[in-house]
Amino acid sequence: MVLAESGFSSPRNDAFPAGLRVLVVDDDPTWLKILEKMLKKCSYEVTTCCLAREALNLLRERKDGYDIVISDVNMPDMDGFKLLEHVGLEMDLPVIMMSVDGETSRVMKGVQHGACDYLLKPIRMKELRNIWQHVFRKKIHEVRDIESLEGFESIQMTRSGYDLFDDGHFLSGDDTTSGRKRKDADNKHDDRELSDPSSTKKARVVWTVDLHQKFVKAVNQIGFDKVGPKKILDLMNVPWLTRENVASHLQKYRLYLSRLQKESDIKNSFIGMKHSDLPSKDSTASFGPHKAMNMIPDDVPNGTYSFSASNSLAQNVDLKGQGDLKGITSAPVAEPKGALSIDIHDSHEAKSTQMSFDHSLGSVDSAVSFASFNSTTPLQYPWTEIPEIQFKQECEPLHLENGFSQLPLPGPSMIENEANRSRIEVKPLLDECRSNFVEHLGPVGAEDLFPIQSKSQSLNNQVFDLISATKSSMKTQDVGLNYLADSEFALRNLNASGVGVPLATLSEDLQICWLQGDCYPMNYGLQDLECSTYDNPGLMAETPFHLYDVLRFDHEHLFDPTEYYAIDQGLFA
Amino acid sequence: MDVVNQLQRQFIDYSASLHREGFLDDQFTQLQKLQDDNSPDFVVEVASLFFEDCEKLINNMARALEQQQGVDFKQVDASVHQLKGSSSSIGAMRVKDVCIAFRSFCEAQNREGCLRCLQQVTHEYSLLKNKLQTLFRLQQQILAAGGSIPVVE
Repeated sequence: MVLAESGFSSPRNDAFPAGLRVLVVDDDPTWLKILEKMLKKCSYEVTTCCLAREALNLLRERKDGYDIVISDVNMPDMDGFKLLEHVGLEMDLPVIMMSVDGETSRVMKGVQHGACDYLLKPIRMKELRNIWQHVFRKKIHEVRDIESLEGFESIQMTRSGYDLFDDGHFLSGDDTTSGRKRKDADNKHDDRELSDPSSTKKARVVWTVDLHQKFVKAVNQIGFDKVGPKKILDLMNVPWLTRENVASHLQKYRLYLSRLQKESDIKNSFIGMKHSDLPSKDSTASFGPHKAMNMIPDDVPNGTYSFSASNSLAQNVDLKGQGDLKGITSAPVAEPKGALSIDIHDSHEAKSTQMSFDHSLGSVDSAVSFASFNSTTPLQYPWTEIPEIQFKQECEPLHLENGFSQLPLPGPSMIENEANRSRIEVKPLLDECRSNFVEHLGPVGAEDLFPIQSKSQSLNNQVFDLISATKSSMKTQDVGLNYLADSEFALRNLNASGVGVPLATLSEDLQICWLQGDCYPMNYGLQDLECSTYDNPGLMAETPFHLYDVLRFDHEHLFDPTEYYAIDQGLFA
Repeated sequence: MDVVNQLQRQFIDYSASLHREGFLDDQFTQLQKLQDDNSPDFVVEVASLFFEDCEKLINNMARALEQQQGVDFKQVDASVHQLKGSSSSIGAMRVKDVCIAFRSFCEAQNREGCLRCLQQVTHEYSLLKNKLQTLFRLQQQILAAGGSIPVVE
């Protein structure tokens, strides 16, 4: 029998859509019971739960245990939309939203967050009967993402294609024809999986942080514009990964980035000067974890940056932030199409902001780190690219770069977004920063730092927003807002600390993000995150290194597990 | 058989009146259709869940509205929203309609209006509960007499 391991291909799929595994989430016990009954009548396999958190746990425990999720919009422990995002990012399952409220704005929000359908209560059974189409559609799209079909696979497809779905009685009469077509496509998909020796896709791929980093790295290397599943797959060099896996992941990544962009845009618009008191905290910036400071202020966590308003948070942020930052950076990065050219043409969109931010942060960070460590190697990021992005931002942070040279900067507006396109600026800044910072942040004085800070802050904020956005999506918790808040904080802290943020890390992140635009902060690998050496003062010394890495757009530090985790914890709490 | 027929006719008439008077809508009929051999008491079970939920929500609203120091209208609104969803599950049209008005008062932060709606909702809920209990009793009688429950379209 063709059906084997792949999501669709399991014994129960002989009579698809019968046996479709549905997870229903609703805090209303009456509806839960009714939906369960209706779905059972459709011959689906139903699991119910009344809490969003519980649902996420169930989904995570059995990554490949469900085909589709139906969730109410209003739930006590978590906003249905957040759950929706989490599921989409982590598990890539189709999610249907339900509500008794059918206001256009709500429905739109659902769609924006990735819902594949939005049902109004009271729900009729016939509406539930057809939910399998969403599962099917997703499969088909994943298949299409595959760049090429092997010849023999096609043959196999055709051969066994008709065996499946023989039992067409689940398709309504008029759907039979289209159903048949879909079936074939689906069979094709299944067949491909089965016949392709390299595809051992038995269960859903878990996109751990490491894996994702490899992915992002590959995307960056190829160039966001020219990226394609096969190229990515080849670069990633992960034997058990299939093109399909990469393709669907890429799709999500893109969506994710564009979502972050939007959010960062929004954030940027009101971020203003949130950071109120950060600077003081961070003067000691121990830049520790650079992590991809580039983008994410997280890098700051290294201690000085406590991004979050609270110092403690900041510390955590360092670790986490990095991750988050990365995430964020990715978001904004998404926009810039040019792979390496960080040309974030946008505007203040979160992206550019982020980018700039990242860069600026990066530069700041590097500068900072520099200062603190007196390293001689200026962060030589391959900023060339970055500058563009950074500058896009109207963010002042760009100034930072310039500012560095001046350190207390406000410096030349070169850094300003538009102007900043030139990479050169970045470099000079770094150098300057270096010289300026020689004394460490302390001596610089709060004011000195502040100017930069404000700039960086804006960047930070943006970055944070992005990070937050990223984080939220990544984290299962209601990270979204929290993240944003955290990121903002982090950013602020970053700013505050001046440029302590290890640029290296930031730049890396930034770079990566930019290039790819696909940074996809996934919290997938939260548990796998290993704390980078963010807290390590020694890191600062390594900054130049990191910077270098960043230049290479190496994502590796994109996600700072520790940061991630830390923040996550906070959020979950 | 006569007894069964009589009871069945009573059941049909009573059902129809409930629909006519707006106590129940099509959703209730859907629920009756869902009932089958696997779950012979489905409708009764769903109704029980609904009553429980309703009572809990009404209590929440009452408590929130009683706060002298300041009513948390968001909380009240959340409960009303839940009640609205719940009532739609069983087809409790009148309860649902009151909820709609209730929500506007919440939005306007009108305590008096809210209290009035709370009263109405409580009243409608009690009425519905009584009527459904009567209906279920009829159902039981039919089954006890060996008959089957007619489906009212």
